[in-house]
Amino acid sequence: MKQKKYWQSFGELKNSDSYQDGVQDEFGEDLVVPESGNGLMDAKSPRRDFLKYLGFSTAAAAAAAGCEMPIKKSIPYLNKPDTIIPGVPNYYATTFMQDGDAIPVVAKVRDGRPIKIEGNELSSVTKGGTSARVQASVLGLYDTARLRYPIANGKEASTFEAFDKMVADGLAGIGGKSVVLLTETINSITTKNIIASFLAKYPGSRHVQYDAISANGILNANALSFGKRAIPSYQFDKAKTIVSLGADFLGTWLSPVEYARQYAVGRKINQQNPEMSKHISFESMLSLSGANADDRYVHLPSEEGAVALNLYAALGGAVAAPSIADERLKKGIKSAAEALKASGSASLVISGSNNADVQLVVNAINQLLGAYGNTIDWSTTLNTRQGDDAAMVQLVQDMNDGKVGALMVHGVNPAYDYFDAKKFESGLKKVGVSVSFNDREDETTSLCKFVLPNHHYLESWGDAEMKSGYLSFIQPTIAPLFKTRAYQSSLLKWSGETTTYGDYFKQYWLNQFGSQTAWDKALQDGVVETPVAQSAGSYISASLAAAVPSLTAIKPSGKTELVVYTKVSMGAGKDANNPWLQEMPDPITKATWDNYAIISYAMAKELGITVDDNYEVEVDKPVIKIKAGALEYILPVLVIPGVHKNVIAVALGYGRSEKTGRAAANVGQNAFPLVSFDGKSFSYSVSNVSFEKSKETYKIAYTQSHNQYEGRAEVVREYSLNEFKKNPTILADVRHELVEDYAKNTNDYAAEGTLYPSHPYPGPKWGMSIDLNSCIGCGACTVACTSENNVAVVGKKEVMRSHEMHWLRIDRYFATYRDDSGSDNLDDLNVVFMPMLCQHCDNAPCENVCPVNATNHSSEGLNQMTYNRCIGTRYCANNCPYKVRRFNWADYMGADSFGDNQREVLEDSVMMMNDDLTRMVLNPDVTVRSRGVIEKCSFCVQRLQEGKLKAKKENRPLETGADGKWDIKTACQQACPTNAIVFGNANDKNSPVSKIRNEEQTNRLFYVLEQIHVLPNVNYLAKIRNTYRHVGVAEEAHHEAGEAVGGDHKEVKKEEAAH
Amino acid sequence: MYSTSTQSTAGMNKKRKILQKLQSVLIFVAFFSIAQMAQAQDGKALFNAKCASCHAIDKQLVGPALKGVEDRWDDKKMLYEWVRNSAAVIKKGYPRAVAVYNEYNKVQMTAFPELKDQDIDAILDYINTGGAAKVAAGVTAAPTDGSAAGGAEESDSNLLYGILTLILAVIALILLQVNSNLRKITDQAEGVRSAEPIPFYRNKAYIAILAIIFFLVGGYVTFQSAQGLGRSKNYQPEQPIYYSHTVHAGINQINCLYCHGGAQESKHANIPSVNVCMNCHMGINEYVKGPQLLREDGSKVDGTAEIQKLYQYAGWDPDAKKYTGKGKAIEWIRIHNLPDHVYFNHSQHVTAGKQNCQTCHGEIQKMGEVYQYSDLSMGWCINCHRESKVQFTENKFYSIYEKFHEDLKKGTLDSVTVEKIGGTECQKCHY
Repeated sequence: MKQKKYWQSFGELKNSDSYQDGVQDEFGEDLVVPESGNGLMDAKSPRRDFLKYLGFSTAAAAAAAGCEMPIKKSIPYLNKPDTIIPGVPNYYATTFMQDGDAIPVVAKVRDGRPIKIEGNELSSVTKGGTSARVQASVLGLYDTARLRYPIANGKEASTFEAFDKMVADGLAGIGGKSVVLLTETINSITTKNIIASFLAKYPGSRHVQYDAISANGILNANALSFGKRAIPSYQFDKAKTIVSLGADFLGTWLSPVEYARQYAVGRKINQQNPEMSKHISFESMLSLSGANADDRYVHLPSEEGAVALNLYAALGGAVAAPSIADERLKKGIKSAAEALKASGSASLVISGSNNADVQLVVNAINQLLGAYGNTIDWSTTLNTRQGDDAAMVQLVQDMNDGKVGALMVHGVNPAYDYFDAKKFESGLKKVGVSVSFNDREDETTSLCKFVLPNHHYLESWGDAEMKSGYLSFIQPTIAPLFKTRAYQSSLLKWSGETTTYGDYFKQYWLNQFGSQTAWDKALQDGVVETPVAQSAGSYISASLAAAVPSLTAIKPSGKTELVVYTKVSMGAGKDANNPWLQEMPDPITKATWDNYAIISYAMAKELGITVDDNYEVEVDKPVIKIKAGALEYILPVLVIPGVHKNVIAVALGYGRSEKTGRAAANVGQNAFPLVSFDGKSFSYSVSNVSFEKSKETYKIAYTQSHNQYEGRAEVVREYSLNEFKKNPTILADVRHELVEDYAKNTNDYAAEGTLYPSHPYPGPKWGMSIDLNSCIGCGACTVACTSENNVAVVGKKEVMRSHEMHWLRIDRYFATYRDDSGSDNLDDLNVVFMPMLCQHCDNAPCENVCPVNATNHSSEGLNQMTYNRCIGTRYCANNCPYKVRRFNWADYMGADSFGDNQREVLEDSVMMMNDDLTRMVLNPDVTVRSRGVIEKCSFCVQRLQEGKLKAKKENRPLETGADGKWDIKTACQQACPTNAIVFGNANDKNSPVSKIRNEEQTNRLFYVLEQIHVLPNVNYLAKIRNTYRHVGVAEEAHHEAGEAVGGDHKEVKKEEAAH
Repeated sequence: MYSTSTQSTAGMNKKRKILQKLQSVLIFVAFFSIAQMAQAQDGKALFNAKCASCHAIDKQLVGPALKGVEDRWDDKKMLYEWVRNSAAVIKKGYPRAVAVYNEYNKVQMTAFPELKDQDIDAILDYINTGGAAKVAAGVTAAPTDGSAAGGAEESDSNLLYGILTLILAVIALILLQVNSNLRKITDQAEGVRSAEPIPFYRNKAYIAILAIIFFLVGGYVTFQSAQGLGRSKNYQPEQPIYYSHTVHAGINQINCLYCHGGAQESKHANIPSVNVCMNCHMGINEYVKGPQLLREDGSKVDGTAEIQKLYQYAGWDPDAKKYTGKGKAIEWIRIHNLPDHVYFNHSQHVTAGKQNCQTCHGEIQKMGEVYQYSDLSMGWCINCHRESKVQFTENKFYSIYEKFHEDLKKGTLDSVTVEKIGGTECQKCHY
């Protein structure tokens, strides 16, 4: 029988000695012991010196304290605006904008400065969901690398008027050559109007939209099969079977926040009638979506057409599909076809390919299944990608041919992310007037003659129509920090208008809405939606014919292929200077501050890289030299199971220039040159790649090997849907063993299982429930927590030393099947994501080891951490079974008044977070922790206090989610696009968290390491896989796990009895 | 230092109060029936609520001085109508109305349609009897100063105990000396040879006692002052403008929340912005009637000059009655400083906890320049949290504390303190 095993690292899988050492030593640091053996007096710091320093520092402290108190000023407003009460935040609905993406958000503005971004719950598209990048965007406002004034010919332009004049003079002198406006995808109605009138002013001019991560393939395919160059609305919530051909729709594909929300609808399980959607993934590397799939199959990038054609054929499509050699893949296509047939029109097939031919086949599949009009809606289209790859290539050619007189760049950076950046640069030199509206001196901007930085979205007016009929407005939440101007204002000016964009925008929408009241409401709500009945579109079947032969003609050339992909955190690299995102561990690799080559276990073996011993414990990673055509890359490798054995994957968005910012500089390498143009679209894969191992090593800051459970087993629980249906109490029975063993008399494991008295909880008792079935591992919660709680950025060097500070980490578990011979099939794997944060144990092991009672229990069930009392013994962190406590090894946030605590200790990227400008993002309600204290998740206690106070002031009971009313949501809960996290008062019978625990999800409910009786206040709901295979740990595996890692044998036996 | 000044003002207040009381009683008894007085009282309330923000009785503010207003209007009906809706009267072209409108830069008077004829009569009565009623009102509402006296008494008795202790100690010392002298004499008389007499300052017993006392007192002082490091009780810096809470909150009875409105809804009570000051000081441009203001060092304060300073900050030209647009914010010196790791929320205490400002800030209505009344130490906070009762039955928020409600009913619990609901736990203030 195949056995399934859950593991976080190869060390754990193989249970190596180094892994064991790492587990023992959670901080990865040895005590500083004098090197010479001659005794303490000869050591570098002998006892007498120590006493001298001690005496001096005590005296100094006393002297410092004895000095006069510094005089602090308190300066009220001269004229206080009506809407501002200092200390009370205001919330403004606005829209996050980047690379054509538009996410409706609400900005929390405290004392005039935005400090937190939340999703706008009024939007039916996202329903308040966000992504890591949306959460981190508030830090972008305070980015020190933002340009602070307009630049003309390398010098600061004194005024906007002077700048305008220089540009006007320039434009007057281009002599009949064309003016080209090169932008990211524009989905704003007013901006499109302004662009149209600007273009009308300059005959022969044109507007080119360019997407670094292009959707050209799908757009062109739809133009052929539906006569519309657009993207329909996918409805993952209506799909019973989802088959993704390499589309990372949960992470980075088109509109991931929307898709994640819909996807979660189909993945939530009703205990009474357990049903869920089935998600099958075909891909080349391990993407976030693939990681969440129920069944997952790998293929070479060059096989994507073959896979699509085979699937079409298997569903009954009349095509001659090329043969596929890989047996497992063949079987996979067959079972996917069966699942799709079974769910009929409630199926959805998507492809991430940028090859229009592949997309044409996918359209044919969806048409065959009847998905159009059911799971795919053509009456509402997605406007966030409109770029035309061929137009961009043509533009670069025209620039080189000297046909372009003026180029105005907004929101794009081709000198970095265009595949042939050199050609773009040489073309740019031939352009007479080059203007950049970008916010920083990025690769393209530094080559432009005129630079007029645009506002940050939090400083702007604007509108976005991310889907047809779904408007979202942008309103400024702060006056512009720098001398910047909306690029639309510039275009208006240069087309001879006198109004600013702000006025134009307001007037336009006032006219549209007809009345000030209606317009005010629209702006206040942030979103205006006019949904229309869904339609299937009119499919043109003839479109497929030409695609089939060209797809069949694609044959793998060479053994190894390479794909470039985008990370959830970094995207195409716009946010490279955002330290929060750089430090957010990638959901799959768990690496920070870098890009690297991801290879499979098989390829590693071939290269002679031993992955089973020190591999994850050591930060030094082997380096390979990759040759792809004329390009050569020397990249560190990360071995990730689940990658096709002949595929190398490299992330885009890294390797930014020095001027992009202190955090972006010198991080990773630029993989965009690996992109190619196939005559119609950009291609994100390269075939015929050769590679060899180099002798060098490279350090990668990788977090998954930190914070281990010391061999304690059964942290995640997973069952297959069939198993769960057949035996709904499979998990509840296991948990009941604890009652039988330890609480025979009262059946109350919590009370009887301990000698300690239990805490009384007279009022609210806080509890959290995390649904592993809904969690997709996207990391929005991690960044939301960082933003809400002033969590420090520590930098790459410190992450390598296990010093990362995230209060909420997402553990990634690979689950592979071990066959009878004992070897693991690493292709056939599932991934389980588990958000791990302080469990706020009622019987907390950390509390009773603290010598100064700095961590103790509150009457509301919080495990409180008091920074000003903490003396930094770290006993608590040692004793925490979940390893969620973080120690401030350095003064990361500048909380101490002594600058020397930071100098030469912290990296430049961390020092960037200490800039006065950047510090404006700090939440004033949360203490900035100083060096030498422990910190950890507080359940957002500042929000709890605020929510309770609100209820008290309004003289009513607290609302914690009963009837959908919330006084309190934790930052992670609010950020989650899939509602995987539910928080509330467990003492309130009507709160969702109580209902989940006591009524709705009693069968999937479990607590991590419940057997050690720490009584956590965070519960999890077991992961259910909609697969026919056996999932979860078989009983034999328990023996092995127990014996191998010295786990709790008793627990193993209990589990056996349950089976 | 500050206490002496408050005592002296208190004393002065007392004397003045008696005089004023006599005066007002005489006036009332002499001239008015009880009914009329009641009307004047209503008139006063109405005047303060509706008129006072723009009018004074005998001084021109935003609007004209109201003394003799009845004489200036021939038709009383028109006056009624004017008060209820001035725009209508102007439209009708009633000459007096048009004249006033033009004279005051065509600023329209707020309409008060809710005022009935008798209300307006009451206001007019109040205006006619104005000065006297005002004084009377000022007297009846003047704060009592029993607590200040109580404080003084307490410090007096401390002194008394101290002196008493000292006297007793001296007597004890003398008695001891007498005792030893007597013993010496009896010993000599009985012929017993006693040891060589040693002076008391070389007596080891005395030295030991002294050493112990020194150690105890020294230790106490050291501990106290160490504990006081970083605390600033009684901190009273000189502010950019001599702003007297005595005048505003004390004599004029302005509600604390009028200026410090943030205390109701925010964590910060907020020092009012300059435009809030100007709400009143646009009209009140001199300080003449109130008592002489004194600084801590006894020097006199010119109230009118301080108001002029405010105009400087506000950018207000008092002659042209216009803003010049050249204002700047006032840089007050912050008195109450909590460490960064303490979270304190005013609205929690004021709105939810229904605490008086004075509980923590002392008798602010008697302070000239503000000083820090409490030491703002953690022990001080905790003590209050231990003793203060929450609005347990009144506030529905606490309905979720079912057990306490049962205990209250059963009588096993007599009240619920802040501590009882977790008010002394770390993360109520530190996060």
